[in-house]
Amino acid sequence: MKQQQFEATYQSVWDEITALMDDLDRKPRQRSLSVEQHLRFPALYRQLCSHYALARSRSFSPARVEHLHALVVRGHPLLYRVSGNWRWRVLQFVFGGFPRALRRQARYFWVALGAFLLPALSSGLACYQSEDLIYSLMSRSMVAQMEENYDPANDRPGVSRERASDTDFMMFGYYIRNNIGIGFRTFALGMLYAVGSLFLLFYNGLVIGGVAGHLSQLGYHDTFWPFVSGHGSFELTAIVICGAAGLMLGHALIAPGQLTRVQALRQRAFDALPLVMGAALMLLVAAFIEAFWSSSEFPPATKYTVAGLLWTLVIVYLGFSGRGADGTR
Amino acid sequence: MTEGSSVSSLDTRHRYEIPEGVLLQFRVAGPIVRACAWAIDLAWRSLVYLLVATLMIYLGGLGEGIILIGVFLIEWFYPVVFEIRSGATPGKRAMGLVVIQEQGLPVTPGASMLRNLLRSVDFLPFLYATGVVSMLCSRRFQRLGDLAAGTLVVYRDEPSAFNDPPPVQALKPPVSLSEEEQWLLLAFAERGEGLTRERREELAGLVAPVTGRRGEAGVNALYAYAHWILKGRR
Repeated sequence: MKQQQFEATYQSVWDEITALMDDLDRKPRQRSLSVEQHLRFPALYRQLCSHYALARSRSFSPARVEHLHALVVRGHPLLYRVSGNWRWRVLQFVFGGFPRALRRQARYFWVALGAFLLPALSSGLACYQSEDLIYSLMSRSMVAQMEENYDPANDRPGVSRERASDTDFMMFGYYIRNNIGIGFRTFALGMLYAVGSLFLLFYNGLVIGGVAGHLSQLGYHDTFWPFVSGHGSFELTAIVICGAAGLMLGHALIAPGQLTRVQALRQRAFDALPLVMGAALMLLVAAFIEAFWSSSEFPPATKYTVAGLLWTLVIVYLGFSGRGADGTR
Repeated sequence: MTEGSSVSSLDTRHRYEIPEGVLLQFRVAGPIVRACAWAIDLAWRSLVYLLVATLMIYLGGLGEGIILIGVFLIEWFYPVVFEIRSGATPGKRAMGLVVIQEQGLPVTPGASMLRNLLRSVDFLPFLYATGVVSMLCSRRFQRLGDLAAGTLVVYRDEPSAFNDPPPVQALKPPVSLSEEEQWLLLAFAERGEGLTRERREELAGLVAPVTGRRGEAGVNALYAYAHWILKGRR
């Protein structure tokens, strides 16, 4: 069959499938073709593919081959795309998907927790015993700033004097940008053979532990601990989870097993993604607590009670949410 | 279309065979065009920052909070939102690029999230140095984020307008032509009118020993052969 005969015979098929694809590109409510016409799409698409193959093998003109190729490329996602109700998937993720994903990767979580907690505890103890040690971790001005923030004479502990007039909402924005950014970076730097994630966990552990030790040693218990104990539940856990996700990337690169490094990376990266997304949601909650609850003026006893509840909530949520009767863990 | 092995090893096209048994082909976008797209996006982003900041500055603490949340969202989610909606950020769209899965499907939300989270590694130590090295090392210009997410940045190929060869009387070529030679003739007939007259005649002049004509007449002879190939004897 020569090209012009081929075109004359099949032009109607190409016109029909083009009209169908135009219709499929519209939003469901604006579609004009009937269901029967839509059901013809797979068959038409197979026909189109064989026309394309034929046009290539017969060396038909480049523009015709290109035209058929463009139609094939356009139809492929319309036939194979996945769509669904994303709101429902978000809910499923929050109430089960995320904790389940985390429990599947528990090993990484424990390693990340160790990489954070050990330096935190040791620098905390050390700074509690020696009042100068904090200066090896932070600059003089940062220490002064932090001491001022939690000075019992400060009327709004946890918030520096210059900032005291700002609204809680501003701090909410600040915590979101800062903390979720740190979480995302802790994950992404796992690409550097896990070194980046480990470093950030280790460094944050040192500094946070050091600050806590130093302020306790100064006798600022009643301003520091009530402020941080509440949001710490969500915040610190989430940072450790981001670190765990970063470790997964690093592990794939260091020990890809029987896969190539890129294949291993791809698998682990998609396993790690729910952890990062879940941790981002936790950091959002933490920012909310930190901005509106931690800075509020309730007596320490109330703060500690709420903090206890929040820590229990985090542990129960991550440990048990989404464990189903069907044996999913 | 004949593709010798020497050609395909130089070629940056990404091929993917779909279940229907045909090959999809995509032209992969290189670092330069992607850097241009990024610069355009940067300009757009800066504009949005400015707008948000000027609007919100009057709201005091509340406004500052909204600015900070806005900055956070733009920093991390600007590309994700556009890629999920249409496959390309405004910058990529302007450069005629689109992000797809390696399987030729539109980028999924998860893959888009992943490639954009890992942007912060590709950026290291400055201005996407890591990303560029990764692109140059991978066969398909993928930065680390693309490798992990299994995504590609390709040209959005708009099918070229159909140029039917100029209407001339079909003529049987004087010598028998191989399939590849026929294909070259068709390509010439389709693209000929898009070239300058001088170039057209120069190209036709290359086969003057076959057509026996030069200049405009030589071009028309080639068009006539192309018609014969398209139509056959009738």
